Amino acid sequence: MNAPHDPASVGAATAQKAHFDQPIKLRGGAELQSYDIAYETYGQLNAARSNAVLVCHALNASHHVAGYYEDDKSNVGWWDNLVGPGKPLDTNRFFVVGSNYIGSCFGSTGPASTNPATGKPWGADFPVVTVEDWVETQARLADRLGIERFAAVIGGSLGAMQALQWTLSYPERVRHSIVIAAAPKLTPQNIAFNEVARQAIMTDPDFHGGHYYGKGVVPTRGLRIARMIGHITYISGEAMAEKFGRVLRRGQPGFDFDIDFEVESYLRYQGDKFSSYFDANTYLRITKALDYFDPAADFGGDLTKALARAKAAFLVVSFKSDWRFTPARSREMVRALLDNRRIVSYLELDAPGGHDAFLLEDARYHGALRSYFANIDL
Amino acid sequence: MRPDQQAILQWVPKGARVLDLGCADGALLRSLGQEREAHGYGVEIDDASVLECVANDVNVLQVDLESGLSLFADGSFDCVILSETLQTIHRTEFLLREMLRVGREGIVSFPNFGHWNARLQIALGRMPVSDTLPYEWYETPNVHHCTITDFEDLCRRLGIRIRERLVLHAGKPVTLMPNLLGSLAVYRCTAG
Repeated sequence: MNAPHDPASVGAATAQKAHFDQPIKLRGGAELQSYDIAYETYGQLNAARSNAVLVCHALNASHHVAGYYEDDKSNVGWWDNLVGPGKPLDTNRFFVVGSNYIGSCFGSTGPASTNPATGKPWGADFPVVTVEDWVETQARLADRLGIERFAAVIGGSLGAMQALQWTLSYPERVRHSIVIAAAPKLTPQNIAFNEVARQAIMTDPDFHGGHYYGKGVVPTRGLRIARMIGHITYISGEAMAEKFGRVLRRGQPGFDFDIDFEVESYLRYQGDKFSSYFDANTYLRITKALDYFDPAADFGGDLTKALARAKAAFLVVSFKSDWRFTPARSREMVRALLDNRRIVSYLELDAPGGHDAFLLEDARYHGALRSYFANIDL
Repeated sequence: MRPDQQAILQWVPKGARVLDLGCADGALLRSLGQEREAHGYGVEIDDASVLECVANDVNVLQVDLESGLSLFADGSFDCVILSETLQTIHRTEFLLREMLRVGREGIVSFPNFGHWNARLQIALGRMPVSDTLPYEWYETPNVHHCTITDFEDLCRRLGIRIRERLVLHAGKPVTLMPNLLGSLAVYRCTAG
């Protein structure tokens, strides 16, 4: 993390909001009459409008990609180690856009927003949104910002699914797609983890079928457990062993149900932290968006056919310690791109961080991204 | 550029789709693009080399050759290159077959262990070290050395047809007693 005075920081960021009155028909069939998209930008759009890079966020992040807020300097963007002046995604050269997806709880229209039809929060009535829907809203934001074509769209995990979907929804509008720690669809095991998380939330007595906003309660217990489950899958067993071992907090087993092992303490902390700021209805929808993502589904499961319409050049990156979306899943995408004779490079890095390695600084990982961005013509 | 790569440059048809197995920093692919309008991908396992490829704007795929070429469809390349990489491979037969599965043509180069200098060093009781075999035995990435005769025997056994052969020493072609006087061999071959 960079201190605010760090010259490699984009500095104070300003969250902006774009309002859209043009209705959007969602993949699930519902229609949103109007919506807001929260976003931030860093750097300057050049005269040719050829230097824009869209950063897509994953499950629990937001449009706050880099920098800090003037009134909250400790709130540093989630990909600040990558984005900034002189950083791998260099804001001296690129105009970087971070956009928050609809359904979120960080500024874009979501379940906690007011439903114009009732004047009350949407709650459970907010529709289920998909990766395709997010790309559609991002395209409209790009129109608003005067970006006809992105130099690159980049993301990790769920963000990478958006980076891939962009090349399918708008093949002409993406020159490079950088797909990190991703999968072309979830395995039943992935979906199972998501379902346990959803069940934890939905069976919390404070959930009230999703209409908890007016009741003065939030399903924190469910959300806490959901986050714990998620967190276990984001880090590798190896990283967990190295970080916590079997260290006992009290020096010896308590033979009770207080915290014994360090890892328990860590999970409780992560769960508490997450449930204090994240919205349960958003969590439900985001896990569904993950489950539903499957561009090959319309092509009889044939990913090669599904990716035939992509025109972008691709950089695909996976991490060997990632067991949530293993390198084999990335290779499926690479294979399909090769079958289509697309321009693609693939890195399979031996980084220890697990799925979350995409957020961490690693000399090889960031070195590759730095070189890749440097080679993008403007 | 290494002498075998000069030869490879001449053998790759203009505009060919190429796959370079063990492509190091991607220099050969870059030259093939510039001089032969060829395009394609490099395969490399080493992190530092992969990063160099990305920096050199060469398409690179970080996969282990020992696990085969399952990323690539049958006949998807005009030419598959294995330039001074054969001797580092454990599953030699498997990779040669894979090569000619995904490519219509293969180009293979390797240091000739039958060169007189190597023979002499062995005769004197030492593992050979030379320009084409630049490693001490304890640090070499090479696992399967062969001579020109050995390689041609294997090709015969695997039904690989040798279309062209160039034997070099110090960058110059060797025609007389190639297995003795040549230190580097380059082959163009096809399946049957």
